[in-house]
Amino acid sequence: MKYEAVIGLEVHVQIKTRSKMFTRVAAGYGHPANTLTDPVVLALPGVLPVMNKAALDAIIKAGLLLGCDIAPVCKWDRKNYFYPDSPKNYQISQYDQPICLNGSVEIELPGRARNIQGEHKKIALTRIHLEEDVGKLNHEAFDSLVDYNRAGTPLMEIVSEPVIKSAEEAYAYLTSLRATMIYGGISDCDMEKGQLRCDANISIRPVGETRLGTKVELKNLNSISFVRDGIAHEIKRQIAVVESGGVIVQETRDYDGMTGTSQSLRSKEMAHDYRYFPDPDLMPVKVDEAWKARIHAECPELPFAKQTRFQGDYSLPYTLTSVLVWDQALADYFEEAAKLAGPGKAQAVGNWIVNDLQRELGAANLDLADARVRPAHIAELVKLIDAGTLLSNAAKEVFVEMAATGEPPAAIVAKRGLAAAPTDTAELEQWCRDAIAANAKSVAEFQAGKESAINGLKGPIMKASKGKANPKLVDETLRRLLAGA
Amino acid sequence: MPPLHFSTIAELSDALAAGKTTSVDLTRAVIARTQAVEERVKAFNSYDTADALAQAAASDARRAAGLSLGPLDGIPVGIKDVIAVTGQPLTASSKMLANFVSPYDATVTEKLRKAGAVIWGRLNLDEFAMGSSTENSAFHTTRNPYDLERVPGGSSGGSAAALAAGEAIATLGSDTGGSIRQPAALCNVVGLKPTYGLVSRYGLIAFASSLDQIGPFTRSVEDAAITLQAIAGHDERDSTSVRIEIPDYRAALRTKKGPWRIGIPREYFGEGLDPEVAAAVEKAVSFYEKMGCEIKNVSLPHTEYGVGVYYIIATAECSSNLSRYDGVRYGHRSADAKDIVDLYFKSRAEGFGPEVKRRIILGTYVLSSGYYDAYYLRAQKVRTLIRQDFLNAYDEVDAILTPTSPTPAFKRGAKADPLAMYLCDVYTIGVNLAGLPGISVPCGFSSGGLPIGMQLIGQPFKEADLLAIAHAYDSAHDWSRRTPNL
Repeated sequence: MKYEAVIGLEVHVQIKTRSKMFTRVAAGYGHPANTLTDPVVLALPGVLPVMNKAALDAIIKAGLLLGCDIAPVCKWDRKNYFYPDSPKNYQISQYDQPICLNGSVEIELPGRARNIQGEHKKIALTRIHLEEDVGKLNHEAFDSLVDYNRAGTPLMEIVSEPVIKSAEEAYAYLTSLRATMIYGGISDCDMEKGQLRCDANISIRPVGETRLGTKVELKNLNSISFVRDGIAHEIKRQIAVVESGGVIVQETRDYDGMTGTSQSLRSKEMAHDYRYFPDPDLMPVKVDEAWKARIHAECPELPFAKQTRFQGDYSLPYTLTSVLVWDQALADYFEEAAKLAGPGKAQAVGNWIVNDLQRELGAANLDLADARVRPAHIAELVKLIDAGTLLSNAAKEVFVEMAATGEPPAAIVAKRGLAAAPTDTAELEQWCRDAIAANAKSVAEFQAGKESAINGLKGPIMKASKGKANPKLVDETLRRLLAGA
Repeated sequence: MPPLHFSTIAELSDALAAGKTTSVDLTRAVIARTQAVEERVKAFNSYDTADALAQAAASDARRAAGLSLGPLDGIPVGIKDVIAVTGQPLTASSKMLANFVSPYDATVTEKLRKAGAVIWGRLNLDEFAMGSSTENSAFHTTRNPYDLERVPGGSSGGSAAALAAGEAIATLGSDTGGSIRQPAALCNVVGLKPTYGLVSRYGLIAFASSLDQIGPFTRSVEDAAITLQAIAGHDERDSTSVRIEIPDYRAALRTKKGPWRIGIPREYFGEGLDPEVAAAVEKAVSFYEKMGCEIKNVSLPHTEYGVGVYYIIATAECSSNLSRYDGVRYGHRSADAKDIVDLYFKSRAEGFGPEVKRRIILGTYVLSSGYYDAYYLRAQKVRTLIRQDFLNAYDEVDAILTPTSPTPAFKRGAKADPLAMYLCDVYTIGVNLAGLPGISVPCGFSSGGLPIGMQLIGQPFKEADLLAIAHAYDSAHDWSRRTPNL
């Protein structure tokens, strides 16, 4: 029998705010334990929560970016359960009136080849709500220590409909969702820092069956690759269970990405009754049109829209756009350089950025923001090449020096005498004639219609000119001479 | 003028301003009185004489420099032990918090400090404000200064008894279902529960968040106006505190003169009401009638559901509010827990008293999956109807007059059945459910010499009118100025 998987993802994203969700103390990562606390975070007797409006702004932005309906009124509920990482032993969350409903995440599935755009699909969302993060337990040999620095950090829970069909789709979903959050300035989504966490609900059913199978919740998927691998593993596991005559039990399983195995954490019988009820300490929140409009004005263009625009406006090939658009800073860098370089040079600009700039940054372990090569440098470099002043080998040298020193390309060319040889000399024509005379085979092939055979003549010319011959002129001269021959 | 420890804020602020006394002398007098009677009254959980005298000295220095902060400057104000005071114990009269010291000030504490008050003592209560007699305190039962064999009422029994016994000049309490008004009535003092949202709850240990409100105990309605002035107002640390203009309450006592339309709800004068209480309250009604007020019968038809609704909503909220007392970060931690679950069970089993446990269990039950709609949601709907009853009545009247408590103070141990105890608040609960302001004003004594109080219920955020109506009675009678023989 053939089986299909049905997957729903619950993604928690920490919102990047200065202070915590319900109090003024700072939110942050990597501080000494229990230093980002105050009476509210520690749930001392008598304290009260007060909503952080910046967190509301952020979740509204997330909702607008993902095409959600923003509820005109949302409220706060208490989710009651005892656990030492939860200082109040209830978590302030949104139960039956979340702020965002519906919406979707656009994903791109892998194409037939790396340089071919894949199919696009929209994964429907159920809801996005806002809540507060919990603290962290550090288990020692004989103790468990609690660090409340994370407790109270604004946290979004983004719940998809059970419409994801494969581990690859889940991977694409998270990639796209993460980029959207980073683009919106909503979160840095660093999974190592717990800024993005993912749980997956997975079931299988025979192809053609419309009812859902029993779901298993997979937890501790702490990288996007582990999400993909964990889901793939779980689908295989469930199929194996069913095919060997077993039954899937509703349970929560822990996936270990290092070993590629999972084990049961708890079964459904141990499920909590969270006793949700509206938090009497907090007022419901009204989101009016003016508030939405203000946030809408702050919404950036998202990667897929940018990709379509780059392909159209700049005639960029898919391979370049698929690198450029996923990093907003890189995309902005490209646009600045492309504009400075002028019409018709965007692809050359894109190539320099995607290949040479990325390589130099990687080698120097630098962020784009710290790069010594600025967009104006790339534009100037491309213009020098286009004008024939700089040949490609020399240009590579210029780039390396530019990356090291931050000097403008023209200055490097002048300083190091890298300018191409003067363009219309008798010497160049003589080199061409010599090459034609010495390479009868290539000439014959070219004249028989094999276009690429002309390249066989160019090598010797470059050698004779010690690399300084302008390739454009060489090409023109060869064609003129061959046509006349 | 009576002895310093039995004087009103109004009298003392004049005397302080005129240089006839000092805050240090006044505070010494209150300390001396406390040391003389406290063994019998047991109103305090703790007090810090050095701290009080230092505050008093600071007040005198301010006054000497011409920088007096107003009528409360230099006045010792006792604080119910559920309101946070920096560096002082904050116990809620529970073993759970027996050793907890607050690292922060409640907003009302801060506001009292800004008004110059001397923050004085931590006053006993029913554990976590759950009870009507102060017998549920984990530490000791406070006595009624008018009869030491009787209870002072509760939950703010310590606040009422301390004031009645001359151990403070004013006190703060909290009122969730009558916890200010009922002990005020039983101890012959004025007790005001403001409109929900008028006074910040930040720093008040929560019992039932949607019902809790802090308010003053004083020796006169005028003193209540002075104290409310200091503590009312929006607080950005309490999302349920309301942004409104705070009027001059004390000035309103003189500018608002009536006559008013006073509503008498027949539902509050039925079975269970002590005849002597009924008679005293009827006499107060006659007073208003004689001063030209229109007395109207009004109906609050959903009154009978009040106690039931209250014990669903209050217990539901408390079951969640008290979850934080788990022995993990502070408070009582069981010494012999095996693991985290055992730590929770044992710490809470040892730390909470029986009434607190009863309410946590009840509240947990009504919020449980499958019961939520039938109990909590239904109770919230009935709560809306109860509020609507009052608002309908206010189409016809300016205030509603009722008994505060069905009976005068009862003997210690007399109400062993929790349900009998719950019925002590039958006249006060509706006010909390409706979020309204209510004040208890002394209006006589029983044949046995026990104080009787009447309750005036006002319209939302119209404390100025409510206080003016109460002041008209209080200033024409001397009940509230009588003192017990201790």
